[in-house]
Amino acid sequence: MVYFTMNKRYCRPNMANKIILNILFYFLAGLIFFLVPVSAKDYDYINVTNPFLKKTPVAVTDFKAFNGHPEEVNIGKTALNILKQALDFTGYLKTMNPVSFLSNPGESGIGLGQINFKDWTGIGADLLVTGGISEENGKITLKLRLFDTFNTKLLIGKIYTGPQSQVRKMIHFFCSEISYQLTGKWGIFNSKIAFVSTVNGKKEIFSCDFDGQNIKQITTHKSISLSPSWSFDGKWLAYVSYAKGKPDLFIKNLKENRGAIVNFKGMNISPDWMPGQLKLAAALSFSGDQEIYLLTLKGEIIKRITKSWGIDVSPNFSPDGKKIVFSSKRAGTPQIYIKEIDSDRPIRVTFKGKNNTSPAWSPDGKKIAYVGIEENNIDIFVMPIDTGIRVRLTENSGDNEDPSWSPDGSMLTFTSTREGKVPRIFVMNASGSDPRRLLRLKGKQTQPTWSLSKGNKN
Amino acid sequence: MKNKMWINLAMAILVAGLFFTVSCAKKTVVSDATTIEDQAKAEADAKAAADAKAEADRIAQQNLEERLANEKAQKQAKILAAKKRFVNQDIHFEYDSSKLTAMAKTGLKEKAAWLRANSSVIVTIQGHCDERGTTEYNLALGDRRANTVKAYMVNLGISASRLKTISYGEEMPLDYASSESAYRKNRRAHFAID
Repeated sequence: MVYFTMNKRYCRPNMANKIILNILFYFLAGLIFFLVPVSAKDYDYINVTNPFLKKTPVAVTDFKAFNGHPEEVNIGKTALNILKQALDFTGYLKTMNPVSFLSNPGESGIGLGQINFKDWTGIGADLLVTGGISEENGKITLKLRLFDTFNTKLLIGKIYTGPQSQVRKMIHFFCSEISYQLTGKWGIFNSKIAFVSTVNGKKEIFSCDFDGQNIKQITTHKSISLSPSWSFDGKWLAYVSYAKGKPDLFIKNLKENRGAIVNFKGMNISPDWMPGQLKLAAALSFSGDQEIYLLTLKGEIIKRITKSWGIDVSPNFSPDGKKIVFSSKRAGTPQIYIKEIDSDRPIRVTFKGKNNTSPAWSPDGKKIAYVGIEENNIDIFVMPIDTGIRVRLTENSGDNEDPSWSPDGSMLTFTSTREGKVPRIFVMNASGSDPRRLLRLKGKQTQPTWSLSKGNKN
Repeated sequence: MKNKMWINLAMAILVAGLFFTVSCAKKTVVSDATTIEDQAKAEADAKAAADAKAEADRIAQQNLEERLANEKAQKQAKILAAKKRFVNQDIHFEYDSSKLTAMAKTGLKEKAAWLRANSSVIVTIQGHCDERGTTEYNLALGDRRANTVKAYMVNLGISASRLKTISYGEEMPLDYASSESAYRKNRRAHFAID
């Protein structure tokens, strides 16, 4: 519509101009024609891989309590907090301070016809989230909506029902819908992070929700346990443990009591699951040399992937599962290489620095995050595969290791000694901005690994 | 009167004779006593000498025993010290390297000698790293250090079946500090007796 008004404004009674105007008109009409299919793609609101991403302001209003009894109001407040915390956790949304709000849909009404969008565009809210709650005999119903304020449009409207214990889950389901609507990806809200912690003395594997909540201990080997990795469906975890006296690979089903132990002579370490399949890559040294192998769920060797004298370790699959990125010392110093599973020739990716390890392939397949050591500074870098120009994501903030991408590629979780020289788990946006501590536990926390996101359709 | 004089004279002679006899007898007795005394003294002397010899022998025996015990203890201590040295003297590496330095090779030759002298001993060679570098890379580097040391020991004639290896990466530092001297201590192969 903007183009037509401009058209009129510059209209003059002149033949030559008229022709130019006509050309301009058709050009603009054509432009609009091309723009329409793009804007019809609803999820183009936010490109989470844009490194210069500005956070979109979103107004989240108080929840309407349909029955109005105190318990309902209280649960509504809790649910609202969970919602705001989840949206603020993302690297691309920022909830607004309610002090600036001009109206209160929690009282006036949360439906499309009841919203005065000028109240929201006027204060700079691009997006509006309204919610309503009803509680009856312990059963909670949540009505949640997302609006595009400038286009006065309802983007999502969802109703969730369940017991009070499931409120957090229901809110996160809605957040996943928001993520899918805005970014085209299901986002982080259903994802988990596995990590290593010494909170109980020995190194054990733990897991938590994407936001550091809901911490659960997974292993109780009372030994040294390391390097957790999630299967694509989130049902299996592979990790390394000295439980049987040396570094062996444990493959564990998280729900059922079954799994396998890979305990070849030497070390059996650094597992990574293949996307979409229950196979995994790991570094084994039974041959006397540290090489990367492809393994079945039962720990049987399918094939040897690397064939080079010297350390080959830390495989990480490409999102399509056809390649791995890994660390190798074949050229004298540890560097990052990419190799197709079914081809012989690895390609070296890193050339700057003498010590580059711990690679992580971004979910869009375009970048590699890794750890570089220069003059005892241990930092996280990210490198687009096509340009090969590295970007430093951490600087002058302790040792930074173990990068792992969020399932939507919008964030990285990592280990840092920036607070009190003790390794702890942090998250930052993919551009390196907004680093913050994920969880507070005693002892050391290391090797965070983000699970893939299952989306809302199970 | 004359008779009385003779009697007196005879008496005098007798008395004198008696006197002499007595003195003679007395002399013999004295002579006998002296002999007995000498014998006793000789006997006593001999006994004392024997006792002294026995005592000397006993002391000598004791000294010998003490010396032997001492020597044994010293030998034991030496064996213990050698064992202690074997266990406590780590083989050190350069940063991000599993190559054996000249010093490392000297240390390993000493260890091989000890293993030859203690042929029943089985050891585990632990590979360790300093904290720099990632957990997984250091596990691989520690694996490599342990394997390199094992290969060198096998070349020195120690049976591979007596040498196990394990990597601890950066999981078990000797010194938890983040300093060059701590890193140097932590980059090591450690021999543990099974």
